[in-house]
Amino acid sequence: MLRRILPLVAGLLWASSALAADATLLNVSYDPTRELYADFNKAFAAAYQKETGKSVEIKQSHNGSGASSRSVIDGLQADVVTLALAYDIDAIANKGLLAKDWQKRLPLNASPYTSTIVFLVRKGNPKGIKDWDDLIKPGVQVITPNPKTSGGARWNYLAAWGFAEKKYGSADKAKKFVGDLYQNVPVLDTGARGSTVTFVERGVGDVLLAWENEAFLAQREFGKDKFEIVSPPLSILAEPPVAVVDTVADKKGTRAVAEAYLKYWYTREGQEIAARNSYRPRDPEIAKEYEKSFAKVELFTIDDVFGGWTKAQKDHFAEGGIFDQIYKN
Amino acid sequence: MSMQTGYASSTSELQSYAPAATDAGVAAPAPRREIARSRPVTAPRDARTEPGPVRFIIIALAIAFLSIFVVLPLVVVFASAFSKGISAYIAALAEPEALAAIRLTLLIAAISVTLNLVFGVIAAWAISKFDFTGKTFLITLIDLPFSVSPVISGLVFVLLFGAQGYFGPWLQAHNVHILFAVPGIALATIFVTFPFVARALIPLMQEQGTQEEEAAISLGASGLQTFFRVTLPNIKWGLLYGVLLCNARAMGEFGAVSVVSGHIRGETNTMPLLVEILYNEYQFVASFAIASLLAMLALITLIVKTILERRLDEGQLPNGD
Repeated sequence: MLRRILPLVAGLLWASSALAADATLLNVSYDPTRELYADFNKAFAAAYQKETGKSVEIKQSHNGSGASSRSVIDGLQADVVTLALAYDIDAIANKGLLAKDWQKRLPLNASPYTSTIVFLVRKGNPKGIKDWDDLIKPGVQVITPNPKTSGGARWNYLAAWGFAEKKYGSADKAKKFVGDLYQNVPVLDTGARGSTVTFVERGVGDVLLAWENEAFLAQREFGKDKFEIVSPPLSILAEPPVAVVDTVADKKGTRAVAEAYLKYWYTREGQEIAARNSYRPRDPEIAKEYEKSFAKVELFTIDDVFGGWTKAQKDHFAEGGIFDQIYKN
Repeated sequence: MSMQTGYASSTSELQSYAPAATDAGVAAPAPRREIARSRPVTAPRDARTEPGPVRFIIIALAIAFLSIFVVLPLVVVFASAFSKGISAYIAALAEPEALAAIRLTLLIAAISVTLNLVFGVIAAWAISKFDFTGKTFLITLIDLPFSVSPVISGLVFVLLFGAQGYFGPWLQAHNVHILFAVPGIALATIFVTFPFVARALIPLMQEQGTQEEEAAISLGASGLQTFFRVTLPNIKWGLLYGVLLCNARAMGEFGAVSVVSGHIRGETNTMPLLVEILYNEYQFVASFAIASLLAMLALITLIVKTILERRLDEGQLPNGD
C-alpha cells in the first residue's frame, strides 16, 4: 500500500514544478493586494500570450509595504514593485536600483488605481461613528496599524490629519486631534492585514481604519451581516504606485515584459480588474460604470496638504517626528 | 494509619525472609554474607506517600494543563482543517503553492539534516574523545543557536549576504543568489538546527569514554575503521534521536526562515510561512490543512522519539544493541 502511494505523492510533488514559462516576473507588493494581483496576473498572462505568443509567469511576494521595500533594497530580485505609497519606492530609488524620476514614467503619478481610507464598524454601528471627529470620543476603540511599519497606517494617519487641519484650521490643532485619536488605539499591528485580523477575527475595537478595498474584502469574506462600511465625507486620495526596478529588469532581460505588465493596468481590462477588486479605477468611463460601488467622498491629495511624500515622511514619521511626539504622550 | 500497616507488613517480611537466608547459608556461606549486607536497614518507604486526594489533584492538574495546551490546539487544527470536508482538505493540499511549500520544506530539511548530521558527529567526536584548548568555547558556540532568537539568526544572514551587506555586492556581481533563495533558507535552517545532533551525542559519547576506541586502535584498526566499527554502532540510537529532533525543527522553523525567504509565492515559502500567509488571506481550511501536516510531523516525531528513547536506554547496557 505504502509502496504504491509514496511514488505517487513524490511524483505529484515534483511534477508541478516542471512547467516553465518563457519569462518570469517577480512582483513585490504590499499586503492587501494579494487578491487583486491574483486576478490581474491571470488576465495579463492571457493577454500577453495572445499578443506575443509567449507565456509569462508572474510570481508574487507580499509583505508590509515598508518591509517589502526593505527586502528589495536587501536584494530581493523584484522586476516590478507595486507598493502602498511612493515613499517606499523612493527609498529603493535612493539606493540606485531605479531611476529617481520613476513616478513620471507612467501616467497619473504611476498610480493606475487609487483607494481611500474608510471606517469598518460592527453591525448596526453601535458607537454611531459617522465622521473623523467621532473617533476621538471617549470609549471608542480605534484599530489602526503602526505608521512606522505600515503603508496603510500612514495613509490613515494623514487622512485624519488632513481632516483636522481643514476642520480646525491649524497644524497645532491637527496635532492635538491626531494625538487624541491615537489615545483611543489599544494596539498597533505592524501591517494593514494584521489590523484587519485583530478587528475582524479577534473582535477587538469599535472601528477599523482601513483601505477601502480592504474593508470591502473583509465584508465579502465575513458577510454584510457582521460589518458595515462607513465612508467619511472627507478623506485622502491614496495612490499606490507601481514601477519597474531598472537594475533587476535589465540584468534579467525582462524589461519589455515588465513594462508591458505595468502598462496593462492602464487598459480597459486592467481598470476593470481594479474596480472589481474595490480599488477605484482611474479611467473615467470605467469609473462611471462602477460609480455605485464607491461612496462619494471628497478627496484631498498628499501633495495638496502635506507637500508630497518626502516631506510628509520627514515631518511625521521619521525618528523624533510628530508621530513619535504624540504617541509618547 | 496506613504508614503503620506498611511498616508492620515489611517487618513480617523481614522475619519470614531470615530463615530462608540461613537455609541457603548452610550450603553456600559466601552469598549469605552478601545477602546480609544488602538487607535494608530501615523498612522501605511506600513510594506513594501522598494522601489520595493530593495525588488526585496533582494528576488532574497535569492532565488539565496538557489538554489545554497540547491536546486542545491539536484538535482545533484538525477540526478546522476538515471543517469543509475531506475533499476541500485534499484540494487545499493539491494547490500548486501548497505543493511547492511542501517540496521546499522537504528539500530544506534534507539539506540541513544531512549537513548537521556530519557536522554534529564531528563536533561531538572532537569534544567527547579529545582534550584540547578552547573546548568549552566550542561547546558554547554549538549552543549559541539555542540562545539566539531565530529572528536575529535570520538578520545575521541579511547583514552578510544582503545587497547592502558585507558580501552582497560581490555576490550580485557574480550573479550568485543566496538571500531570498533556497541557499539562504538552507543556511538559516542549518544555523538554527545546528545544536540538535551534537547536543544529543556529546553526553552519550562522554559517558561511553574512549576505552573501546583505544582497544580498537591497539588491535591495529585505522581511524576510519574505529569510527565505523566501534564508535558509530555505539552511538547510533543517540544519533537517530538527534537527527529526529533536528528534522522536526528544520521543518517547523518560522522566524529565521521568514527573514531570509522574501516570501516569493510558490518559490521561497516553506510550510510554516504558508500557514501564516493563508491564514491572513482568510483561507482557513487551506491554512489549517498545511498546519495539520506539520502537526502530524510533530506526532510522528513524538512517537519515534519515545521508541528511540527506549532503545537508547537499552543501548547503554554493555551488551545491549
